[in-house]
Amino acid sequence: MVRVTEIPTKKAKHVKKFGKLVLEDGTVFDGMGFGYSTTAFGEAVFNTGMAGYIEALTDPSYSGQILTLTYPLVGNYGVPDLLEKDQDGIPKNFESDRIQARGLVVHELSLTASHWDISMTLDEWLYREKIPGISGIDTRALTTKLRTNGVMMAALAVSEREIDELDLKKQLAASKKYNNEEFMEVVSVREPRVYGQENESIVVVDTGVKNAILRNIRQLGYKVIRVPWNYPIKEILSYNPKGVVLSNGPGDPLKCSKTMDTAKELIEKNIPTLGICLGAQILGLAGGATTYKLKYGHRGQNKSCIDLDNNKVYVTSQNHGYCIDPESLKKTDFKLWFSNTDDKTVEGIKHKQKKIIAVQFHPEASPGPYDCMFVFEELKKLIGEENAKR
Amino acid sequence: MYSIPVNPQYVSSIIESERPDGLMLGFGGQTALNCGVKLEEAGILKKYGIKVLGTQVGGIKATEDRQLFKDSMIECKVPVLKSKTVYNFEQAKVVANDLGYPVIIRVAYTLGGKGGGVAHNEIELHEIVTRGLNASLVGQVLIEEYVGHWKQIEYEVMADYDGNNVIICNMENVLSMRVHTGDNIVVAPSQTLNNFEYQMLRTAALRAARHVGIVGECNIQFALDAESDKYVAIEMNPRLSRSSALASKATGYPIAYMAAKIGMGYRLPELVNRITKTTTACFEPSLDYIVCKHPRWDFGKFELANRNLGPTMKSVGEVMAVGRCFEESLQKAIRMLEIGNDGLVANRKEDAAYDIEDLENKLQKADDKILYHVAAAIRSGMSVERIYKLSAIDPWFIEKIENIVKMEGNLKESRLDERTLREAKILGFSDRQVGKLVGKEEAEVRKMRKDFGILPVVKRIDTLAAEWPAQTNYLYLTYGGTANDFEVGPSSEKIAVLGAGPYRIGSSVEFDWGTVNMVWGLKENGVKEVSVINCNPETVSTDYDICDRLYFEELTLERVLDIAEFEKLTGVVTAVGGQTANNLAPKLAKSGVKIIGTSFENIDRAENRSSFSKVLDELNIRQPPWQAFSKLSDAKKFALKVGYPVLVRPSYVLSGAAMKVVWSEGQLQKFLDEATNMSPDYPVVITKFMLNSLEAEVDGVSDGKNVVIGAVIEHIEGAGVHSGDSMMCIPPWSLSNKVIETILDYTNKIATAFAIKGPFNLQFLINSDQVYVIELNIRASRSMPFVSKFVRLNLIGLASGAVLGKELPKVPKDRWRKIHSYGIKVPQFSFMQLEGADIILGVEMQSTGEAACFGESFYDALAKGLMSAGYALPKEGSVLITAGGSENKEKLLQTAVLLKTLGYKILATEHTAEFLADKRIGDVQVVYKISEPQRKPNIADLLYERKIDFIINVPSTSTLEKYVGMLYDEYQIRRKAVELGIPVLITTELADSFAKTLEWLRQNETTKRPLESYEKIE
Repeated sequence: MVRVTEIPTKKAKHVKKFGKLVLEDGTVFDGMGFGYSTTAFGEAVFNTGMAGYIEALTDPSYSGQILTLTYPLVGNYGVPDLLEKDQDGIPKNFESDRIQARGLVVHELSLTASHWDISMTLDEWLYREKIPGISGIDTRALTTKLRTNGVMMAALAVSEREIDELDLKKQLAASKKYNNEEFMEVVSVREPRVYGQENESIVVVDTGVKNAILRNIRQLGYKVIRVPWNYPIKEILSYNPKGVVLSNGPGDPLKCSKTMDTAKELIEKNIPTLGICLGAQILGLAGGATTYKLKYGHRGQNKSCIDLDNNKVYVTSQNHGYCIDPESLKKTDFKLWFSNTDDKTVEGIKHKQKKIIAVQFHPEASPGPYDCMFVFEELKKLIGEENAKR
Repeated sequence: MYSIPVNPQYVSSIIESERPDGLMLGFGGQTALNCGVKLEEAGILKKYGIKVLGTQVGGIKATEDRQLFKDSMIECKVPVLKSKTVYNFEQAKVVANDLGYPVIIRVAYTLGGKGGGVAHNEIELHEIVTRGLNASLVGQVLIEEYVGHWKQIEYEVMADYDGNNVIICNMENVLSMRVHTGDNIVVAPSQTLNNFEYQMLRTAALRAARHVGIVGECNIQFALDAESDKYVAIEMNPRLSRSSALASKATGYPIAYMAAKIGMGYRLPELVNRITKTTTACFEPSLDYIVCKHPRWDFGKFELANRNLGPTMKSVGEVMAVGRCFEESLQKAIRMLEIGNDGLVANRKEDAAYDIEDLENKLQKADDKILYHVAAAIRSGMSVERIYKLSAIDPWFIEKIENIVKMEGNLKESRLDERTLREAKILGFSDRQVGKLVGKEEAEVRKMRKDFGILPVVKRIDTLAAEWPAQTNYLYLTYGGTANDFEVGPSSEKIAVLGAGPYRIGSSVEFDWGTVNMVWGLKENGVKEVSVINCNPETVSTDYDICDRLYFEELTLERVLDIAEFEKLTGVVTAVGGQTANNLAPKLAKSGVKIIGTSFENIDRAENRSSFSKVLDELNIRQPPWQAFSKLSDAKKFALKVGYPVLVRPSYVLSGAAMKVVWSEGQLQKFLDEATNMSPDYPVVITKFMLNSLEAEVDGVSDGKNVVIGAVIEHIEGAGVHSGDSMMCIPPWSLSNKVIETILDYTNKIATAFAIKGPFNLQFLINSDQVYVIELNIRASRSMPFVSKFVRLNLIGLASGAVLGKELPKVPKDRWRKIHSYGIKVPQFSFMQLEGADIILGVEMQSTGEAACFGESFYDALAKGLMSAGYALPKEGSVLITAGGSENKEKLLQTAVLLKTLGYKILATEHTAEFLADKRIGDVQVVYKISEPQRKPNIADLLYERKIDFIINVPSTSTLEKYVGMLYDEYQIRRKAVELGIPVLITTELADSFAKTLEWLRQNETTKRPLESYEKIE
């Protein structure tokens, strides 16, 4: 038989604590606390992906939220090396430089993890990042509740000692609501950052951008200039970019009025632009459409969207709580590009005259399927047309 | 609907008469696929302008041909294993160095993969290549990269004509690449892959499917390095397969249904998710549970079979368990197998102790007990790392097994507090397992558990992890949760039908037919809500749209009671799920669950040999001499008195073996020691075994007063061959009218005496025109679908009214006798796959399937039946005859004469040839035994050179040799023939019918008529 070498295995350490999850409507789930002993408040949401907890937890769009994974077994393959970076200095295995979700809710945390590239267990990572986690609760029951009643505020407490339920409920009532929070200062870069040295560049307006978006644009062959969410258009244009990407990010798009101003200019000046997720909503708002909050969002990796240009259907990765109102689109210069096959929500828009496109789903995947990578190619095509014109 | 052999000859004749517009090739397994390719190659499809619906023949070939497959994968940038054919060691050395050790050596054209192996260095390479080149008929071996310890991952792809494609499910094999996926323990979804690996393989699967032009469904198998992100595609199946059936049940996505729609031209996004009924079918199911598939092996039935698991599939069936953690799913699956185990630990037979060296060997060479060996290794203190290195099982799975072993230890030391019990239940321990570890009865543990409020919850399988509301009725039970997904309403009548569990030898699709027809029948009879409980992913009864609620669950007392309590069932039907369901009837009845149909007292009266026998005596019905024993010495005395052989039936069986013909005292002792715990509670029944008898049976339905006879069926082989292995014929082909009348009379008497309400099967021996009753089964039998189709009367449909207490409709008396055609059922064996297994038939059933064909005459039906079961019917050629004992030789004489007249060349071994020469059958070529290779012409050479077209090999008195000490030489002939796909006829009856069929085919052509539908009887 073959001599097999080794798959490193690590044991959970920061586990077997008290854990309690309390929802705004008074529902209480008791479970095993793990990770960091603290109390977190945030909007309880669920994601139906079956793998990819590392990518999800570091996705800035989960800022302000307590993430429930519907797949019951989590932590199986641990967490890879935090320091590993690609040639541009972008972390290889993570979507941002820290855990963005405020807490993690799972049915079963694997008490041992093994994988050839493991560097630590999930609980260890949460502990280091000061994030609480809870395991051993009926996540299907929780999901059904969120689906039925809509997303709501929740408190997740992890402690070495027994947790006072009444006190926790009081704290939850007093906590700041997700809808009232400001996320941009938390998730966006403060200063522009540059990746790569190519002559031609694309500016990414960072409203909480995932690293996978940066990686994908790099793969198109452009230098990436990542600028803060409120960076003025004049400054953006000073880089003479070939195109602009408005990134994903957390929260209500209406709170990004400065990015919306940028978006209006981009449309006005007909700069080739791709909006992703929050970026799509901002472009929609800039073009005169309206947005609304979904009852329980779209979070998962199995969402099918139809490309209305050719009737092809793609399986997409999604993570959004807000979206563009399809009715409001009718009075704008945007037309529907992608539509969700299940609930017919807006999944992509295209400007009728200008070189502006946007998708509500995540073409960069990570986590999730790679089927929509072509969206980045679409941006490249727009840039090509622009170049040809010149 | 035609019941004919699926081969180009028959299918093209149907094409000619029916002139279909389209043909679907992807739904009938490899048989249908091969047939389609041949039809295309023969130009039949073109000639009649038939469209292939789904994946086109070009695409099929690109996945079926080894080289074409590798080429097309390379074209679409999906890596494959590198390999090269070599003709000598020097070439092998160069190739192996190129590929890097280890390499696997596959020998071209040999028997049963013999001669190949894995080489880790040049020394091993030299040894294996030299051996392999000698064994290969064409002197060539293939050197290929070896990836045995890599992970084996599968993806199920759906694609439409427009290029929309999705993954329905991915699966991970627990036993790595070393073991064929059919023999592997499989989980869905994959557990040890991170997002990158999952998506990398997903994308490769879609790319490969698109490249070869898959339309409909396909399965693609990858090997993924456990220690890097390297991967290769191993193979693709452009059709519905065992894996896709599993994927369907694992996700709730009806793959075959969607594939059929796509074949007809629908686009994926046009189709609706049948579970949610609102969302699209063009999506990827998200699971919120873990599925574990476990194969069912029946090695116990094959004395010489090699139990090691490897690249050839040996299992005969499988189960699927759903849970919220691996431990729960695995232990549920083990119980579902019905091999007498209650889970991974704490089984009836104390887990054997092994020394370390022994264990290490067992971990390296997986057999059917591999996971028990992992558990034993953990108990012995071996590290997870070490176990992984030896077994190539991913540490994640080993750690989970460790959790089970730890809990075993905890329970042993505990006084069963609430917390420990709850944790044990979450890890999938059954009440009986827990009871065994803490020294309590199952019922006691159940009571304690319920007092603590520890109950399983009922969850839905809804394809999308509760994201959308889905009113699905597809359910499982788990301790991994706190809330039921729903509560059942207060309907007036709720009945659950128990299915038959895994396919195994002796229980196959026939019981699934029974279950499904019972459900439909109950609904037609007005029952408000009908549930099914079953756990076999290969069945129709586990399709969620068959019944009102489907519990994909264990058929154990504990679980059926859980469901009965949750549902507040009116009662349970146990009459259609074979022996599994039947065995549960008394236990359920004692626990207060109502048995719908024949009362459990009467079932018990029939199962208990003493009371059954008493009833027969009262009715003046003959039976072979028998007696029940609880002491070995008494059993021996009785056997001596009536004379061997005797038929031994233990009432409490440890595993597999239900009954056995025993030929000597030594054998009796051995069998009773190994197979059963003989005790006053569990007596052993010994019956005189009557040699040279005929066997017949009746399938019927009764309402307690009236009896509907389905048909009287006669076996073609003599008694002694298990009824499931015997060819059967309706109407009886040799029984006298008087015998038939007696059989009918006995049947009526017995059915009413036991107040049977539902289906039953009665078995008879006929010896010197005397009829003896040997067995009564108050339940659906294996032959019922065959009989129902022959007489065009759905017996289970009738039974569904009878179980509810309704009077049977009037069926014209002797209806079956007025049908002027023949129906013949031929068993299908899988000896080929079971390395080493002998094909001699005995009282224990060995067949794994069957074919039934109908015709205007006996031979019309038989010819089609034989062909369907895989027997080639050669028009000319050579037959090897070897018979043991003068009696058999005499019996075969007529057959030999006939074959001679028909122009077949006759080869025979020395004694048989001598005998034939004495009888003035000239021109018989003498051939020599395999064990004397120096003497030529030798049987081995002739087999290899395909100079023998079929073999008549009848050992003396058929079953005797097998048990007293088999003649190794005869075994070798049969075994080699099986491996080469040459028909072997092992009874004189079979040889005789085979020869007569060949004769009949000279003058006649078989008929090709469609089956007619059931007649509606009001």
